Amino acid sequence: MGAKAGSSPPVVPPPASSATSFFPSINGLKLKTKQQELLIRVSILALVYVLAFAIRLFSVLRYESMIHEFDPYFNYRTTLFLTEKGFYEFWNWFDFESWYPLGRIIGGTLYPGLMVTAALIYWTLRFLRFAVHIREVCVLTAPFFASNTTIVAYFFGKEIWDSGAGLVAAALIAICPGYISRSVAGSYDNEGVAIFALLLTFYLFVKAVNTGSLAWALASAFGYFYMVSAWGGYVFIINLVPLYVLVLLVTGRYSMRLYIAYNCMYVLGMLLAMQIRFVGFQHVQSGEHMAAMGVFFLLQVFYFLDWVKFTLNDPKLFYSFLRIALTCAISVGSLALGVGMATGYISPWTGRFYSLLDPTYAKDHIPIIASVSEHQPTAWSSFMFDFHILLFLFPAGLYFCFKRLSDATIFIVMYGLTSMYFAGVMVRLILVAAPAVCLISSIAVSATLKNLTMLIRAKNNATPMGSSKGTASLKASAKASSFDQPLPYQRNVAIALLLGAFYLLSRYAIHCTWVTSEAYSSPSIVLAARGAHGGRVIFDDYREAYFWLRKNTPADAKIMSWWDYGYQITAMGNRTVIVDNNTWNNTHIATVGRAMSSYEDEAYDIMKSLDVDYVLVVFGGVTGYSSDDINKFLWMVRIGGGVFSVIKEPEYLVNGEYRVDKGAAPKMLNCLMYKLCYYRFGEVTTEYGKPPGYDRARGVEIGNKDVKLEYLEEAFTTSNWIIRIYKVKPPKNRW
Amino acid sequence: MRKVFACALFLLLATWMTTARSDLVISKVDRRIDLTSHIVRVLSTLKVENAGRVVVSEILLAIPNMQAKNLANLKAFYNEGKGKGSAINLPVAEVHPEGMPRELSFYSISLHEGLEKGKSLTVNVLSIFTHSLQPFPEEISQSDVQLVVYQDSAYYVSPYEVKSQSLNVLLPGGRVESYTKHPSGKLVDSEIKYGPYEKLPPFSYSPIVLHFENNNPFVVAQELVREIEVSHWGSIQITEHYNLAHKGATNKGGFSRLDYQSRSYMGGRSSLRQLIARLPPRAHSIYYRDDIGNISTSHLWGDSRKTQLEIEPRFPIFGGWRTSFTIGYSLPLQDFLFVSEGNRFLNITFGCPMDEVVIDDLIVKVVLPEGSKEVSVSVPFHTKQWHETKYSHLDIIGRPVVALEKNNVVPEHNTYFQVHYKFNNLSLLWEPLMLISGFLLLFVACIAYMHADLSISKSSASYIAKLQWDEVQATVQQVQNVIRRCLSAHEKLETSLQDLSRTGDVHSCKATRKIADGLLKELSKELKPLMGFLQSSPQAAQIWPKVEELVAKEKEMQEKLMQKHVAVVDCFEKKYSGREIENRVAPYQQKLSALKQEVDDLLDYIDEI
Repeated sequence: MGAKAGSSPPVVPPPASSATSFFPSINGLKLKTKQQELLIRVSILALVYVLAFAIRLFSVLRYESMIHEFDPYFNYRTTLFLTEKGFYEFWNWFDFESWYPLGRIIGGTLYPGLMVTAALIYWTLRFLRFAVHIREVCVLTAPFFASNTTIVAYFFGKEIWDSGAGLVAAALIAICPGYISRSVAGSYDNEGVAIFALLLTFYLFVKAVNTGSLAWALASAFGYFYMVSAWGGYVFIINLVPLYVLVLLVTGRYSMRLYIAYNCMYVLGMLLAMQIRFVGFQHVQSGEHMAAMGVFFLLQVFYFLDWVKFTLNDPKLFYSFLRIALTCAISVGSLALGVGMATGYISPWTGRFYSLLDPTYAKDHIPIIASVSEHQPTAWSSFMFDFHILLFLFPAGLYFCFKRLSDATIFIVMYGLTSMYFAGVMVRLILVAAPAVCLISSIAVSATLKNLTMLIRAKNNATPMGSSKGTASLKASAKASSFDQPLPYQRNVAIALLLGAFYLLSRYAIHCTWVTSEAYSSPSIVLAARGAHGGRVIFDDYREAYFWLRKNTPADAKIMSWWDYGYQITAMGNRTVIVDNNTWNNTHIATVGRAMSSYEDEAYDIMKSLDVDYVLVVFGGVTGYSSDDINKFLWMVRIGGGVFSVIKEPEYLVNGEYRVDKGAAPKMLNCLMYKLCYYRFGEVTTEYGKPPGYDRARGVEIGNKDVKLEYLEEAFTTSNWIIRIYKVKPPKNRW
Repeated sequence: MRKVFACALFLLLATWMTTARSDLVISKVDRRIDLTSHIVRVLSTLKVENAGRVVVSEILLAIPNMQAKNLANLKAFYNEGKGKGSAINLPVAEVHPEGMPRELSFYSISLHEGLEKGKSLTVNVLSIFTHSLQPFPEEISQSDVQLVVYQDSAYYVSPYEVKSQSLNVLLPGGRVESYTKHPSGKLVDSEIKYGPYEKLPPFSYSPIVLHFENNNPFVVAQELVREIEVSHWGSIQITEHYNLAHKGATNKGGFSRLDYQSRSYMGGRSSLRQLIARLPPRAHSIYYRDDIGNISTSHLWGDSRKTQLEIEPRFPIFGGWRTSFTIGYSLPLQDFLFVSEGNRFLNITFGCPMDEVVIDDLIVKVVLPEGSKEVSVSVPFHTKQWHETKYSHLDIIGRPVVALEKNNVVPEHNTYFQVHYKFNNLSLLWEPLMLISGFLLLFVACIAYMHADLSISKSSASYIAKLQWDEVQATVQQVQNVIRRCLSAHEKLETSLQDLSRTGDVHSCKATRKIADGLLKELSKELKPLMGFLQSSPQAAQIWPKVEELVAKEKEMQEKLMQKHVAVVDCFEKKYSGREIENRVAPYQQKLSALKQEVDDLLDYIDEI
């Protein structure tokens, strides 16, 4: 329109004039720019929402709609119980099927958020007359919440930067592998909903700080409540938020908004969190929660001083008051803390907390934490694997944040930096860092793209139309078209950079899809491998064994296995286990570890004292499945030895080396675990051209081929030998 | 053995019991006992002769109670005409005649036409027994063969005198541990022959015991629930929940995978490795799973006549082991659902589609679409029936379910049965309509929410400010509209100038100017109250200067345009050359384009707010 009017009137060809006469009618149909933008934004968000859900369905397509891994099986079992028996039964549930003979108070030792969420979704769908199975609900809970997380990420991005950054953040987090790893369909774990709750709480809190509105602060308190109900990672919130408040105080950004937001969120959030039985009074009693309380009191002091300063209206008097007040406050605070610690009212930090702050702590003091692979320090490669380009965009985003510091950007910077540190300490905490990394990277992407497009657009219509640079180009255009030419090829470079950015982002998308489909969609209950002819071979041994237990053992049989398989045995095999993945009793686990690493006759006494009927071991020697019990065995020795000094780790090693072949330590060759894994394995030829008894997982010929069992007998071995179950024989009559 | 003793008692009983039913005489009996599977099938061919005076219309069959309790099916039929005529079934019913030994159960075959004096008739009786082969020894290890014991009588037990009889027992082959040789039993290949015996009084009984190898898996479905769900959208979904057990000799001493895999002949010959389900043709969407997920060991073949599903349980089933699983499949509706006289009827098979499976307790549930009425069932044998309601997707009142229960089912029961019901096709639309209205309601609710004013306090400062801001926004919108209309008027003026340069029609051009002038004046009048409002409103404070600037610029533009227009028209009237005109207009032109630019920028700016 502008261009046509600008040209000189006498030489315009006639068709153009007819076009202008049409214009009003088309104009009437066209949406306003604002509406257009809204439409585009909403449709992008909707697409991202669907994408986040769809990419997580790889596991369902590749395998089936099933629950994955270990912990999700417990969650599934409890959800099933909740939907069948109702909430009060669930709350009062004492589980006889695990930790035999101790049992476990389920209601008081779990975070019920996930189960209640799934049950609510289930009941809602049932109410709406959708006859879904609870398993489907459980399988799809994590993707559903991942989709919701993208929406929260959008609003969060909008809050800290602008809606463009919000959109990018939503898109990035939708496919970020670091997040997908814990939220694929079937990964029915606390983290699935907890990341949503975490981000929601943070968003609402930042919103509350930005607006100073009680309503938002209240909402964030409820977000916090949901987070507490869902995952133990809430400790991160209750420490990060006070830290953030402290930083704001130190940098002189204290405001009434902050005061309102934090006080409301902390007080209400704490009271609400106390309603969760597993958390109870920890908010006032545990050392991990004391920072929040300290900052709460500090804020009151700040407010009080502000008021005194206002009423005194005399700087000199105020400073003397300040000195007295501060001394008093600090001494009272430290005294209270000291007394609390000394009397044991305030519990000290737990081992898990220590191991977070100090990566080497767990290795030396708590082998049971260190034995879990997801608690290992993160390797660079897994950072690259899980974040890809976000790893490089993250510092860039930090730069942009520092360039435009506000209360909100300070928050995201702190969230990003702390969570990155924790992600470095433990592999599984990459998950917590993922939203922060996505948000900060989205700022980098959005700001860069915006700058580049501005350059291109400004160049494009420098003459006819004002660019979005507004007043700057207004003045420039007054001087006709001969305005700024600051850099040669500026536009070309901008276009090249833009293309580069799109290339990187598309690589990111490709990488995420690949990672999701290849690495994170395996249920790890069902193993898949490529056959000799390129076909897919399924190893369904776990379920084979669990189903055998379920159908062909007495209903009250007690199964002894390493704790990794406890949840699966109770959920799928429906049998009582001695230990399971809820590692609350280290001694009990150590007893099992001791039994596994003792000679058969000693182990038999232990097993008799625990009423064990069956022993289950996981063995990968035939298939080459490497995460089996022989490879985990040193941890059993370590954990067993940590409690029972009769078990000594060096006895199982030869010159500090762990081996199972002829050169292995004699104790190793005759311990229960070795015998159970390799019973009659010496007669099997696993690989062509190798001697019988060749262990494919470790690539050696085993050292003790003539394993004789005296107190146990083979009860079942799965088709690929991955799981072997032995029956403990009854005592001989002579006793 | 107590049993043998009891049987001997029969013999005694039989000798002094020469009761009334001697009108009939069985002139010849050929019995064939098939022991090749774990289901015992006894086919007796009776040649019955009426030796009395009166017409006889029923024939009594006697089966010892020990066997009768395992009787799954009893069928009597005779062949029409000589040779291979079509078989005609005769009704059989259990009876309790007076004065008969209590150790026997009696069944009576009703003849369609009475058997007259002196006439004879050949009747075939097929009786099927389950759980009649006792594993002995009861516990075997994995590599042992499974030996079973079968007991019966060498003589045909009958309330009538039997003139001539013979017995053939068909064995599955393999080892025969022992068999009763008396009277006159002999083993030929895998068949044991007894008889022939002549002229035996009623209730003659001579126990025989066979001990032989039978490595068939004794597959027993302790419970099978078949759910047949009819959907009038075009398919029948069948779900079968199996609870299987191997009722052969119990496995002892554990299970060795090594023996099972490497020495297949040695390791577990009597184990159940796979089952074959013969499904109807065009079965699709077949699945095979259990409580903990999908089972990946199954194969499917299909052609136009049948679909064959070969399933392997998760683990081989040895004696005494159990498993459970579910198979499901869909069938095309038109193959099984028919309409007659306004009624619909479903015609589908009753039993399980697998071979040689004994079902202890079979429950067939037929789920009819929601809104079906007048449901009735016709089954060729006796079953327990009841009605249920099932709630599936989008059901309000629930779907009517007919449940049929039958115990001790053998493959011979796998016959068709019919479910008749009435269904209105319009009911089909009910669920889609419900969905549509649900979404409609959702959207309406959204619209209502967007338009409803839900604030609690109507007098709070922020609420009033918000209202005022809305008003300001509306006003700014109006101002923008007016400016846009002005701009389009400008456009018209420019167009008229172009026309002028083409046609040279000065008058029409002047007329256009007049109209545009009037329009612009009107618009500026329209603008006045809006501007007044904006100026007075406190909410508009930050936007006001921009709006003011916009209006001012537009005004200036108007003036310049008018001047330009006048100048051009003037030039045309004075017939100046094109070049001259351009020179004259140039300063206005430059100014105008600059102004235009500014106005556009301002409009954009205001838009963004």
